[in-house]
Amino acid sequence: MSKKTFIVLCFVPLAILVTAFFALPMGQLVIVGSSGKDGLSAYAAILLDPRYRSTLINTILLAAATTAATLVISTISGLFLQRHRFPGRAFLIAMLTFPLAFPGVVVGFMIILLAGRQGLIGQVTQALFNDKQVFAYSLQGLFLGYLYFSIPRVILTIMAAAEKLDPSLEEAARALGAGPWRVIRDVVLPALMPAFIASGAIAFATAMGAFGTAFTLATDIDVLPMLIYTEFTLSANFAMSAALSVGLGLITWAILALARSFGGTTVAAAG
Amino acid sequence: MKTTRNHLIFAAQLAFTLLVAAFLIVPALLSMMAGVTVNYFLGIKSGLTLQWVAQVWELYDDTIFRSFLIAFSALAVTLVVGVPAAYALHLRNDRLSRAIEEVITLPLAIPGLAIALGLLLTYGGFTDFRRSWLFILAGHAIFTLPFMVRAVMAVFAAIDVKTLDEGASSLGASPWQRFRDVIVPNARPGILAGSLMVVTLSLGEFNLTWMLHTPLTKTLPVGLADSYASMRLEVASAYTLVFFVMIIPLLTAMQLFAGTRSTAPGVR
Repeated sequence: MSKKTFIVLCFVPLAILVTAFFALPMGQLVIVGSSGKDGLSAYAAILLDPRYRSTLINTILLAAATTAATLVISTISGLFLQRHRFPGRAFLIAMLTFPLAFPGVVVGFMIILLAGRQGLIGQVTQALFNDKQVFAYSLQGLFLGYLYFSIPRVILTIMAAAEKLDPSLEEAARALGAGPWRVIRDVVLPALMPAFIASGAIAFATAMGAFGTAFTLATDIDVLPMLIYTEFTLSANFAMSAALSVGLGLITWAILALARSFGGTTVAAAG
Repeated sequence: MKTTRNHLIFAAQLAFTLLVAAFLIVPALLSMMAGVTVNYFLGIKSGLTLQWVAQVWELYDDTIFRSFLIAFSALAVTLVVGVPAAYALHLRNDRLSRAIEEVITLPLAIPGLAIALGLLLTYGGFTDFRRSWLFILAGHAIFTLPFMVRAVMAVFAAIDVKTLDEGASSLGASPWQRFRDVIVPNARPGILAGSLMVVTLSLGEFNLTWMLHTPLTKTLPVGLADSYASMRLEVASAYTLVFFVMIIPLLTAMQLFAGTRSTAPGVR
């Protein structure tokens, strides 16, 4: 057997698996998406139908808010952890990255324990102000859930990027008379930009498509994955749920592809 | 003057970071505690118990076994499919192979819900397949494959595959012998890293699995969602505790492994 034949053979299992369980299903999804009574215009309905459009806007706003908040929080903590050595630092980093592999459902449960009916925040506010705060099952709860699973990922990326910064640039800026804030603003933050773009895109795409957390916190939250799920299971509207899935997939893929074209590497993981 | 200010900034940043860590860790600790507390509402003073864990075992032991079955099957599939693919992709390194890499990485960019819907719409009619755990395995294999391929390719990028390959070839080894006896042993760090990732992700996968499961093929995360919706908080917590116990060793191994790799003077 020649080497060329062997390399081709190496691709055979891959071709079978990916064709059967990814390419064909994705093709089928696109076809079913245009098979409803409105045909291809089902895809336009995502933008034109007021209900679908408002859900889409809601989802995008929530994902954008999650991304912005995660980036701010992770930059403050990530830079701090990268620049200081103190006892307990390794432990603190381990704690911050510990939820990395939690599935969305577990994250949802964590939010219920924090802000649900028997939650910690409710107990504390009850004791302090006699006013029990319960917001796990709302948009704020979902926002908190998305923060919960984005922070560990983004902190890791920012710490890795901050480690590679060239300290001589900061020294040069200081030598030229820049104060600490100006050094951060004009030297450190711009140098971290590729990490912000890469990890921000992952946080955004994950928050757009995450289903488990919304599913656990439930029902009333108007976001795209929940809409797809209810259209499919409750209304049995296969065509519309397929069209919405294709739309959602295109958005998340485009965000990640765009971020990559700016030079970041983007590997998302489960949400 | 300046040092006092620096101390203040340090303290403020530390406090902030501790707050973030508390946000992540406190609920996990609450859940572990609730899983072994007689009555969570009364708190730890109501006593410690393993009754909830026992109840979880009684109600959901099948989901735990099934999750392991699927995770290790997904590992087997991604090893058989992913390692040769990574080797071939590395050696070819042309436009076609980059396009293939792009396609197999797509499942990371597309929400699991969409992939699951596609699988349902394509294979929903094949009743026996749809009802078996193999249907879930198909989704998990597609979702975890890119992690295996990338982990192995990362090692190939760091070692001189060509020289190894040619050396073995000059000794008369066939392509298959070279792959088995030279390439795979040298790719071991990547295979190990990829395997940890595949098993961890498969054990926790929910987005696909919720759509693909049937009442008879529930996995652990599906059972978790079920218990969050319908069981008392203590049982849900005990079940989550079981999940933590399964996943934490894997996470720790992954972190240790990543640590040794980044501090090592370079993968051979």
